[in-house]
Amino acid sequence: MANDEHREGIKGMANPGRYGIERVAYWMMRLSGLGLLAYFIGHIYETSNILRGQVGWDEVLELTQTTEAHIVLAIVIGMCVFHTVNGVRVMLGHGGIGVGKPARPDYPYEPASQNYRHKIGIYSAILLSAIAMMYGMAVMFGE
Amino acid sequence: MAQVSSIANEQTSTPLSSSTSITLRISRFNPEHDESSGFMEFSVPVQKWTTVLEAILEVKKHFDHSVAVRYSCRQATCGSCGMIINGKPRLACFTKISELNSNVVTVEPMNNFPVIRDLAVKFEKLFDSHQKIKPFLIRDDTELVSDEKEFLQSPEEVEQYIQFANCIKCGLCNSACPTMATDSSFVGPQALAQAYRYVADTRDKGKDSRLKIIDDSHGIWRCHFAGSCSQVCPKGVDPAMGIQLLRGYLLGFRS
Amino acid sequence: MRESTIMKIHYGTALAAVALVAVHILMRLTMNFAESLEYENVLANYKFVPYAAMLELILILLSVHGFNGLRVILLELKQGRMYEKAVSYGCLAGMIGLIAYGSRTIIMTNMGMV
Repeated sequence: MANDEHREGIKGMANPGRYGIERVAYWMMRLSGLGLLAYFIGHIYETSNILRGQVGWDEVLELTQTTEAHIVLAIVIGMCVFHTVNGVRVMLGHGGIGVGKPARPDYPYEPASQNYRHKIGIYSAILLSAIAMMYGMAVMFGE
Repeated sequence: MAQVSSIANEQTSTPLSSSTSITLRISRFNPEHDESSGFMEFSVPVQKWTTVLEAILEVKKHFDHSVAVRYSCRQATCGSCGMIINGKPRLACFTKISELNSNVVTVEPMNNFPVIRDLAVKFEKLFDSHQKIKPFLIRDDTELVSDEKEFLQSPEEVEQYIQFANCIKCGLCNSACPTMATDSSFVGPQALAQAYRYVADTRDKGKDSRLKIIDDSHGIWRCHFAGSCSQVCPKGVDPAMGIQLLRGYLLGFRS
Repeated sequence: MRESTIMKIHYGTALAAVALVAVHILMRLTMNFAESLEYENVLANYKFVPYAAMLELILILLSVHGFNGLRVILLELKQGRMYEKAVSYGCLAGMIGLIAYGSRTIIMTNMGMV
């Protein structure tokens, strides 16, 4: 075995199939965070072109007005909404809110922390991000 | 949904007669002379009530006695026989083959634990992390001098921690944790849940020292509430809940 | 700095950024989206001091939150004293660099140095 500690590695961390929607949300939170950071750095660079005057600004603006750029921006909108809504859910969970109360466990030992409130939060985050993406595309392509 | 409850769903789906046999794929690896792990397949006769551990022991008895597996109580109490069964961490003695809804059962050593041989893994890191969070009641020595001193608790106070006292240190939670998959320094869900068990105990006075231990760059903050630990726990400990409640102390939501 | 303090900052910057980014996006929708991105309108935004101050605040909040998030992910991927120090200082440098670069745009545009 390649590593002595027999760690699952990134593949194991990334594999969201085995542990339900909470693990999917964990992975999507990571990906959307990294994507948003990349976009944010790009956005700072993009807007810095205003210092080049109208010509520089219009040049960059032209690049962002293509179909591909609109699709990228729609994905960014989706990532932003998912990261926000799921982030609020995770933050509440981290404070111990909505994770259930300790009690004597009974078979079949359904974990109280994996409750419907958090599942609804995750599905809401996915739904809202889909709606926001569609709205964003309607605004961008509707013009 | 918890692993155990999905098992309950699978329970009636495979009607196995007494003559049924399944293919048991066992991961074989000896770090002393093997470069990588491989699988050996055995056809094992099973009954409706045969557990994965019993099937492995059948292989040891009749086919290959060199298969390495750790087990003891055979009733989900000792926490020795944790392994990856059909892709998920489970206790071999607590998992019936009929519940798996498959004629092929693959058993591998638990992830995130160094392999001793085949299905047996080292628990040193888990025990070290467990020990690190001071898994005992911390009191001022002067209170313990008198033989007559009792620390009474109400049933409500006991409920605050008793769930977490069910931990059998089987390591399934650490094997399922996504952070443990890459972070070798992470204290892990088992130890964090046990830290909560003692912090929530009204007899204990060691909250501050425990919170200081886990407030580290590879401590409680590396848990992202993915909940996989709670989904695989065979004793209903729900480490994810314990960790979030424990974090509530550090964030000022609890005192 | 204690990890709990860092993570409190992480949560705080996230909440504050959500509110301010919402205002920032709504400003794009006060008029036609393409029109709001025209040179004159963007320049007018930058020259409006409260808006420029809000952009600066968003820049700081998101840089702190984003680079700390990156630090967390990188710390979990690999361990080792040197690596962890490099990640922490690298992310801090990235954060400061991005804030400096973005602030330069905001301040120069606001002061009419375009």
